[in-house]
Amino acid sequence: MDSQTLIAVASIIMAGLTTGFGTMGPALAEGRAVATALTALAQQPDASATITRTLFVGLAMIESTAIYCFVVSMILIFANPFWNAAVAHVAGK
Amino acid sequence: MRLSPDQWVFWQHGFIKLNATIAFTWALMLVLTLGAALLTRRLATGRTLSRWQCLLEIVVTAIARQIEEVGLKQPEKYLGFIGTLFLFVAAASLCTVIPGFEPPTASLSTTAALALCVFVAVPAFGIAGQGLRGYLKSYLEPTIVMLPFNIISELSRTLALAVRLFGNMMSGAMIVGILLTITPFLFPIVMTLLGLLTGMVQAYIFSILAAVYIAAATRTKRSAPKAAPKA
Repeated sequence: MDSQTLIAVASIIMAGLTTGFGTMGPALAEGRAVATALTALAQQPDASATITRTLFVGLAMIESTAIYCFVVSMILIFANPFWNAAVAHVAGK
Repeated sequence: MRLSPDQWVFWQHGFIKLNATIAFTWALMLVLTLGAALLTRRLATGRTLSRWQCLLEIVVTAIARQIEEVGLKQPEKYLGFIGTLFLFVAAASLCTVIPGFEPPTASLSTTAALALCVFVAVPAFGIAGQGLRGYLKSYLEPTIVMLPFNIISELSRTLALAVRLFGNMMSGAMIVGILLTITPFLFPIVMTLLGLLTGMVQAYIFSILAAVYIAAATRTKRSAPKAAPKA
C-alpha cells in the first residue's frame, strides 16, 4: 500500500469513528441534563424561565464537544492537509 | 463541496480577495443599519405606536431583560454590545431562507472575529467596572495557584465560542448540501427548518455566554455576598 492510499484509508476510517464515538458522550449527557431540568420544572413551575434558560446554556456547552468532533471529521474529509500534501507530491513527480 | 463561504471568491487581485463571507457580512450590516435608521426616524412616545416600532421595542426590552437576569444590573451599558452580537448572528441565520445566501457565520473567520470581540470586551468592561487592580486581582481569585488556569480558561472560552458557532452553522449548511444530492425533495426542507432553529438558539447562546462572561468579570468580590450594586 503506498502512502497516498494509506493516508486516504486512515482519514476515512478516523473521520467515521470520530463522529461516531464523539457524539455518544454528549448525547447521554444531554439526556441526563434534560431529565433533571424536567424534574426541577415539575417541582417549581414558577422558576421555569430561569430553569429553561440555564438548560439551554448547559445544552449548548455540552453540544460543543460533539461539534468539535464533527469539525475534526469535516477537516479530515474536506480540508485534509496530509492528503493535499500527498496529492501535490504525486502531481509534482 | 465547499467547506465555508470563504472559498466562494467573487473577485481577486493578488492576495486581496472579495469572497462570499465579506460580501454577505456587508449585505447584512447594510440591511440591519438601514432598517434600524428607517424605522427610528419618527419615534412616537404616546400610546399609539407603529407596528415596526412596537417590534423593535419588544426586541430591545427582551434583550435588556435577559441581560438583567444574567446578573448585570445596568443593562443599558451592555445592551449595545450584547444586543448587536445577538442581532447579527440571528439575522445571519434567519436570512438562510433567501435562496443563494450562505450565512457569514458559517466561516471560521467571522466567528473567530466575533469571539475576539468578546475576548477584548470582557476585560474592558471588567476594568471599567472594577478598576485595573480590582480586575487583575480577580485572576488570583480563589488562590494564587489558580492564576495559570484562569488565564487558560479565558483563552479556551474564546476558542469554544468561535468553534461552537462555526460548527453549528457550517454543519447546517453542509447537511442540506449533502441531502440535496441524495433525497432532493422533502428532507432538505426539514433540515433547513432545523438549521433555522439551531441558528436562533446559537445566536441566543452566543450573546448569553458573552453576558455571563462579562457578569463574571464585573462582579463585586465574594466577601460581600449581597453587595450593593455599583454606582
